[in-house]
Amino acid sequence: METLISILFFLFWAALVIAVAALAAWLFRAVIIAVSPKNLAKVLRTAPLTASFGMLIILIYVVVSVLAPAIAPFGEREVVGGEYLPWDSTYILGTDNLGRDMFTRIIYGARNTVGIAFVTTALAFIAGAIFGLLAATVGGWLDQILSRIVDVLMAIPALIFALLLLTIVGTSIINMILVIALIDSTRVFRLARAVAMNIVVMDYIEAAQLRGEGLWRLITREILPNAMAPLVAEFGLRFCFVFLAISALSFLGLGIQPPTADWGSMVRDNATLITFGDITPLLPAGAIALLTVAVNFVVDWMLHRASGLKE
Amino acid sequence: MIAQRIGLGLLTLFVISLLIFGAIELLPGDLAQEILGQSATPETVAAFRRELGLDLPAYERYLGWLGGVLQGDFGNSLANGRPIADLIAGRLGNTLFLALYAAAIAVPLSLALGILAALYRNSLYDRAVNVFTLSSISFPEFFVAYILIFYLAQSGFFPSIAKITPEASLAEKLYRTFLPALTLTLVVTAHMMRMTRAAIINLLASPYIEMARLKGVQPGRLIVRHALPNALAPIINVIALNLAYLITGVVVVEVVFVYPGLGQLMVDSVAKRDITVVQAAALIFACAYVLLNLTADVLSTMSNPRLIHRR
Amino acid sequence: MRNTKNGRHVLDISRRGLLQGASALGAAALVGPLGTSYASAAPKKGGTLRVGIGHGNTSDSYDPATWTDLFAQTFSAARCGYLTEITADGSLAGEVAESWEASDDAKVWTLKIRSGLEFHSGKTVTPDDVVASLNHHRGEDSKSAAKPIVEAIKDMKIDGSNVVVTLEAGNADFPFVLSDYHLAILPSADGKIDANTSDGCGGYVVDSYEPGVRATMKRNPNFWKEDRAHFDGAELLTIADSAARQNALVTGEVDVIDRVELNTVHLLKRSKDIKILATTGTQHFTFAMDTRAAPYDDNNVRLALKYAVDREELVEKILSGYGEVGNDHPIGTSNRYHASGLEQHAYDADKAKYYLKQAGLDSLDVSLSAADAAFAGAVDAAVLYSEKAAAAGINIKVVREPNDGYWSNIWMKKPFCAVYWGGRPTEDWMFTTAYASGAPWNDSFWEHEKFNKLLLEARSELDDAKRRVMYEEMQAIVSSEGGVVIPMFASYVMAHSTKVAHPEKVGANWSLDGFRCVERWWFA
Repeated sequence: METLISILFFLFWAALVIAVAALAAWLFRAVIIAVSPKNLAKVLRTAPLTASFGMLIILIYVVVSVLAPAIAPFGEREVVGGEYLPWDSTYILGTDNLGRDMFTRIIYGARNTVGIAFVTTALAFIAGAIFGLLAATVGGWLDQILSRIVDVLMAIPALIFALLLLTIVGTSIINMILVIALIDSTRVFRLARAVAMNIVVMDYIEAAQLRGEGLWRLITREILPNAMAPLVAEFGLRFCFVFLAISALSFLGLGIQPPTADWGSMVRDNATLITFGDITPLLPAGAIALLTVAVNFVVDWMLHRASGLKE
Repeated sequence: MIAQRIGLGLLTLFVISLLIFGAIELLPGDLAQEILGQSATPETVAAFRRELGLDLPAYERYLGWLGGVLQGDFGNSLANGRPIADLIAGRLGNTLFLALYAAAIAVPLSLALGILAALYRNSLYDRAVNVFTLSSISFPEFFVAYILIFYLAQSGFFPSIAKITPEASLAEKLYRTFLPALTLTLVVTAHMMRMTRAAIINLLASPYIEMARLKGVQPGRLIVRHALPNALAPIINVIALNLAYLITGVVVVEVVFVYPGLGQLMVDSVAKRDITVVQAAALIFACAYVLLNLTADVLSTMSNPRLIHRR
Repeated sequence: MRNTKNGRHVLDISRRGLLQGASALGAAALVGPLGTSYASAAPKKGGTLRVGIGHGNTSDSYDPATWTDLFAQTFSAARCGYLTEITADGSLAGEVAESWEASDDAKVWTLKIRSGLEFHSGKTVTPDDVVASLNHHRGEDSKSAAKPIVEAIKDMKIDGSNVVVTLEAGNADFPFVLSDYHLAILPSADGKIDANTSDGCGGYVVDSYEPGVRATMKRNPNFWKEDRAHFDGAELLTIADSAARQNALVTGEVDVIDRVELNTVHLLKRSKDIKILATTGTQHFTFAMDTRAAPYDDNNVRLALKYAVDREELVEKILSGYGEVGNDHPIGTSNRYHASGLEQHAYDADKAKYYLKQAGLDSLDVSLSAADAAFAGAVDAAVLYSEKAAAAGINIKVVREPNDGYWSNIWMKKPFCAVYWGGRPTEDWMFTTAYASGAPWNDSFWEHEKFNKLLLEARSELDDAKRRVMYEEMQAIVSSEGGVVIPMFASYVMAHSTKVAHPEKVGANWSLDGFRCVERWWFA
């Protein structure tokens, strides 16, 4: 009986959350369609609720990151009270193991984590995509050399490779971004190259070459637009793998310099609590998960548009 | 083609052994310092180095190691003198066992989920599976593990540490390693499932599918018989990548479940700069990666009649 | 020592007692101090103790020269015999050495080797084995971590069943030194021990050993101590992840764990099947400054930093209350000559500012290197330190260093860093290890003429009252002029299932009952 009630209770809450999310997404879509210029509005009208929900969440994260100091009730590194205080009106989500306000840390975490993840993923994609497309387009020895280098880098387990490199160069945020971007870019390279290989044999590429288009123009104008869909899909997942990489590194004792708040390390620092049924570590982990889901909802919509399916 | 690939694979292995050796050399501190730790004094460190020949120049040590390997002798662990073959054999068995176990659950599961998601695309089921798998990969591995331990181990269903002894029966082993296998399943399912779904949906707009649909082929049959065979290549590639990950990237899960696999051996050995063990582990990982890639390429070639008949 | 009422006259206050240790092992009082509730409940035999230990590495080996962590220590304490043993109350008892006697200047020590002792292999323990075992750590080619502590031995001779040790200089605490965990007695042939043997003369025989994973042992049927080694067998497991360790205990996979994560100890405590066991001894956590380099070469700066740390807060938040505040010297309250009368340094931003001004500074910018390899919570401790110090105009930039290679790359390399000290059972040993001029582990590179002189004098002084005066003065000097901020003494916090019983008095010198839980504990 009790289990039944708790299941019903759970279902009720789940339904409520979904309903509220759907309503928010619907309102959000209505608002952005209203404020967007005509062309964009036309595209946005095709967005399913999930995609607009995703965009809403991403927007909220961006706003929170930018305005973190204004929103957060306390300072990022400020010790405001005892450790592990419960949730109340002053400390909305309680305090962490050092007595810092959890809510504040999560807000600042958005800024640091999303910022770092975005820069890292962007770097990985710029490097990976450029070299991948270049290798596929130019072919020959350049392709061979780049592909073999990437093979070597990918054959070393990523986490251990990161551990090695970070121990050698030191764990500043910049180094961490560069190392994770380097490792991620090998995965992007493979994908970009594989996709572009199928494109370069198309007739229109040959036509463009005969027209005398330069290499750069060929890549950016002819190949990249046609390779965009799978790259965007990959971006959605890679983005969240960066959080995980940071979190896994902090598991091995590397990671972001304290007292900077970041979600990956916050999960790590509080992770043991979950084994006592305390949900504190679910907050930063949930923040990561929500963003991942949101980003991938938007990506799914883009993929759907790119696939040309009309349903 | 396969011979060429194997040749390239061997070259990759050689380059990796050089890279890893170089990286360990670049790491601050050496075996003598790391083993003695806080108790090290200059004199004892010097004596330690003399005993192990660490005072020889790096290239001499590398060539010595390479010479041994070419004769099939991986040497002994520098730290405790145990033959590396013995040290690795058991661990490799454990690693492969766990990887296969997880793959045996994850691969069929993600294929099924992916096909169903493509079939009922944009339905509530599709969204729910997506949200669930995306959330499960947004949580760091150790965190997923802790959650599983909280629910499944503390209630007594499964053991919280995967202590396996050589004499344990297969059933016993499967039972004791269920939680790590489940953790890994949750970690890799999302990627494979999403790729299955995306690759199939990508084909649904193609004329031949349209044709089949117009002919009145049932949706289920349409996807399994018509779309899936052509979508196999990218799916196989992603499966290969994830299998490689299951073998090479699971050190965190090994640590949480106290499972003596290769990943932990490698991290331990990196920490102590036990270079011969690190090299052996790195080469095994690289081998696994190269072989899986090769298999994936061969299989995806075979899945495409056009590529087969060209030869 | 501090108490002799239970009949063991081990290191008595009297001169004769100090110089002569006669072990009274086998006496009824061995298991615990008299009059305890455990005295009536006689230990039961049987069962296999499973211990989850937060240390252990695949590169570990049988070689005593390389033992560094709790796994090796606990394993060897169960497997091997030592010349002397520090008992649960901190006094010294004989083990392989039945008794000992010193010359008047404490320079020549005669150790009587217990007769009839056997290794697991059946070989008799001889004085030759003792000499060879100690020699393993000495000499030009020694790579032993214990080399600095046996360096004081000038010569060893065998005299019948005695080993006569001559020291470079008098050392009244020498028998204590012989209890060091590296100095296991192993079988020898031709004057050398086989460093990779699994043999030993302790209470448990090795069944299997997989470095970094587990060790299993069976009770030694020929063990000479009658009221020890109650378990039929023992299994030591390396469980590096603290959450995994706790879960293993909660789910009954192991019976005892060490290094309980202090963040969650209050939650673990709620379980009625689990008992938390905390002992406070000599373990302390420090922030060491390089006193050769500016700005730490100015004692005013050092004092400012000492007043800028909130010790109470660190004990409360980093140790969850499992510890005591430190007073910037390494001698704990459980030590014999702890200076209790010393003024306690406490957080005082004004005083810190005052000393900064004395140093001619308005504000101070320093970097503090920390990693959890230094001690659990070191990074957090550094962050709290930095928060509190800011009020005094001291800006501490916390640098999180990699755990990997912390001891070789950060410690004694970076000018200000977090350090862990297990501590030493005697004042002399501790000071000699880390504060004496030129000591290899003097991590503050501190030189103090008066201190060094006192240290030498006290070492060979046999009069207890005089020693106390000298050691207290040394503590005062280190506290007010030393290069190390010592904010806290940390308890060893362990947890065990209620099925496991232990003597009421549990050794505080090291974790797991001075490494000896396998030998000393039993199933209730």
